[in-house]
Amino acid sequence: MSKTETDEATGVDTTGHEWDGIKELNNPLPRWWLWCFYLTIIWGIGYTIAFPAWPMLSSATQGVLGYSTRAEVAAEIDRFEQQNASLKSALAQSDLTQLAANPDLQRFAVANGAAVFRTNCSQCHGSGAAGAKGYPNLLDDDWLWGGSIDEIAYTVTHGIRNDVDSDAHWSQMPAFGDILEEGQIGEVVHHVLALSGQEHDSGLAEAGAVVFEENCASCHGEAGLGDREQGAPNLTDAIWLYGGDAQALTDTVTYSRFGVMPPWGGRLGKADVNAVSAYVHGLGGGE
Amino acid sequence: MSNSENQPLYAPQEPIFPRRVSGFFRTFKWWIMAVTLGIYYLTPWFRWDRGPSLPDQAVLVDLAGRRFYFLWIEIWPHEFYFVAGLLIMAGLGLFLFTSALGRVWCGYTCPQTVWTDLFILVERWIEGDRNARVRLWNAKWDLRKWRMRITKWIVWLLIAVATGGAWVFYFTDAPQLARDLLNFEAHPIAYFTIAILTATTFIFGGFMREQVCIYMCPWPRIQGAMMDDETLTVGYREWRGEPRAKKRLESTGDCIDCMACVNVCPMGIDIRDGQQMECITCALCIDACDDVMDKIGKPRGLIDYLALADEPRERAGNPPRPIWQHILRPRTILYTILWSMIGFGLVFALFIRADIDLTVDPVRNPTFITLSDGSVRNTYTVRLRNKHGEARDFRLSLSSDEILRIDLEGTARNIITVAPDSTTLQRVYVTARPQDPAASQDRTDLRFWVEDVQNGERAHRDTTFNGKEN
Repeated sequence: MSKTETDEATGVDTTGHEWDGIKELNNPLPRWWLWCFYLTIIWGIGYTIAFPAWPMLSSATQGVLGYSTRAEVAAEIDRFEQQNASLKSALAQSDLTQLAANPDLQRFAVANGAAVFRTNCSQCHGSGAAGAKGYPNLLDDDWLWGGSIDEIAYTVTHGIRNDVDSDAHWSQMPAFGDILEEGQIGEVVHHVLALSGQEHDSGLAEAGAVVFEENCASCHGEAGLGDREQGAPNLTDAIWLYGGDAQALTDTVTYSRFGVMPPWGGRLGKADVNAVSAYVHGLGGGE
Repeated sequence: MSNSENQPLYAPQEPIFPRRVSGFFRTFKWWIMAVTLGIYYLTPWFRWDRGPSLPDQAVLVDLAGRRFYFLWIEIWPHEFYFVAGLLIMAGLGLFLFTSALGRVWCGYTCPQTVWTDLFILVERWIEGDRNARVRLWNAKWDLRKWRMRITKWIVWLLIAVATGGAWVFYFTDAPQLARDLLNFEAHPIAYFTIAILTATTFIFGGFMREQVCIYMCPWPRIQGAMMDDETLTVGYREWRGEPRAKKRLESTGDCIDCMACVNVCPMGIDIRDGQQMECITCALCIDACDDVMDKIGKPRGLIDYLALADEPRERAGNPPRPIWQHILRPRTILYTILWSMIGFGLVFALFIRADIDLTVDPVRNPTFITLSDGSVRNTYTVRLRNKHGEARDFRLSLSSDEILRIDLEGTARNIITVAPDSTTLQRVYVTARPQDPAASQDRTDLRFWVEDVQNGERAHRDTTFNGKEN
């Protein structure tokens, strides 16, 4: 089978291999190609020794250079942390009400705060900070616990109605279903509809005013303007956390509804709390 | 090479020793070389005063700052269509010249040709003309050969370094970079770029030469599609020259087979074989042949710029048609029209563009919010551009058919200062009172205006206001 012969048409020797009369010309690979191929093999051996390569049962060989993509990312993060260290410490120590006087620091705070918000706050308040039913909208001008930058920072630091932080905002509306008659609840609902300028039955509303004064005014105020000290919502405006129609109001009065928020002071640190406060304050509702 | 029947895909490089030549085309090419190299080496050093906060380099591609400066023109990234337009014009220009004059770009102005020409000039200056170089090529590697070769390589290398060095000056302040380069304080990328361009110049100009045109460059392969019978290319009047003979008789043609045209050819081909892929139409063979024709008392133009369409006329003994008839034809006129249209368009766009500009990005998460008094508010992120060399105060306002109110985040005023040659992002609120139609209407058109407080220049951008969904 290994009889080589010279092909007439091309003048090239055959390899001597023949399959069904088809013979193979002996045109070896170009030298440069072969040498490149050998070089890649040598390179590959060196590479597997130098870098993490061979998979083991639970990990992989480490490579003599000790390279790791995770370590590289960590180093990258460290580098940025160091670059921002001075700005961060300045932010942690700064008086938030004076932030606007330092545009560079404010820009850093808002940009940093946007990242903190998307990571930690958007789950409840939404990525656009518009909130949802039961989760306050942070873009509007209505604040339960105050909308100045210091008040926002306090809320972020200590949270609302949690057992973790003793300084957390705390208040709770009782479930009036257990206290009031069903008729009285209907009356007070119509009074609240009247307070917020919605369609209502004036007879019921008048009767409800009495119920309101006895049961609700201590927190929401006689005029229904609310009280930020107790996180009691303003009932005269157009913004409702759980809905403002008759059915929603009846449910709220009967069963009582309130939300909670964890304290972020310990988890984020002072600088990030200040940053996210500056960001939220700059969304359009800040006072 | 090209008319042999069984052509290999790659022929090993054969050494080429172009002889010195003089004549009209050679002189013309010296001038083109001087002008193109002059432009390339000197451009980064011209200064242009743009004010205190902008670079004063006349031509600068500032990649880090994302600006392109050309004399009084400053291109921002969002105006990249100017660069795209110029590239299209360069392409169409190339089409035009190719359809009229063949590979005139290759033969006269291509950097590969210009630098190879320069390298051959150096080679000739150090090692002598063609015959001396052939002898040196065949000589043993003795001291003299080493000395000449090393001298030549050093001069080539100096030219190559200067070539790579000039390139980096286009991308940053040239005098400063020159100082940094000499003090070894420049950015490693600068040295790296110079090293790469030095290597390519040295290798392409010194050693690969015609191989680059034949095997590496895609342009010659595309050019075939742009040439036709009317295209003027360098050709040989075979009907006049043949049969060639060294000894002249009644029956022989004008060609005395002196090989002058072959000896001067930088591509190493014989133009008498007809048009071929390797020919870059550098026209040096025309000079060489005209010189010989003068000496033997025959008319010039045995090798000349010819159009294939004229061949039958000339064979019949008629004179060729005038050059303008070859050049003015629908194809070249169409290319010229397209080229000028884009050119006019770019110039027009250049003159109407404003030095201030804004883009409006409506915040759509959420599309609107209700305020405590029932008003409806939309938020917009407005990007203000100030292309001036100094800080400017911009007044923001809006116009709409409905009643809308504009407020800016972080300030009670509606004036923002934008730093020189930069952009500023500003959060803008637009509010409709509950009783106004815009609050309940699905959409309300509105237009943001930005006005330069200093000179009253204005720019605007349209967007919409979303009312409360009913």
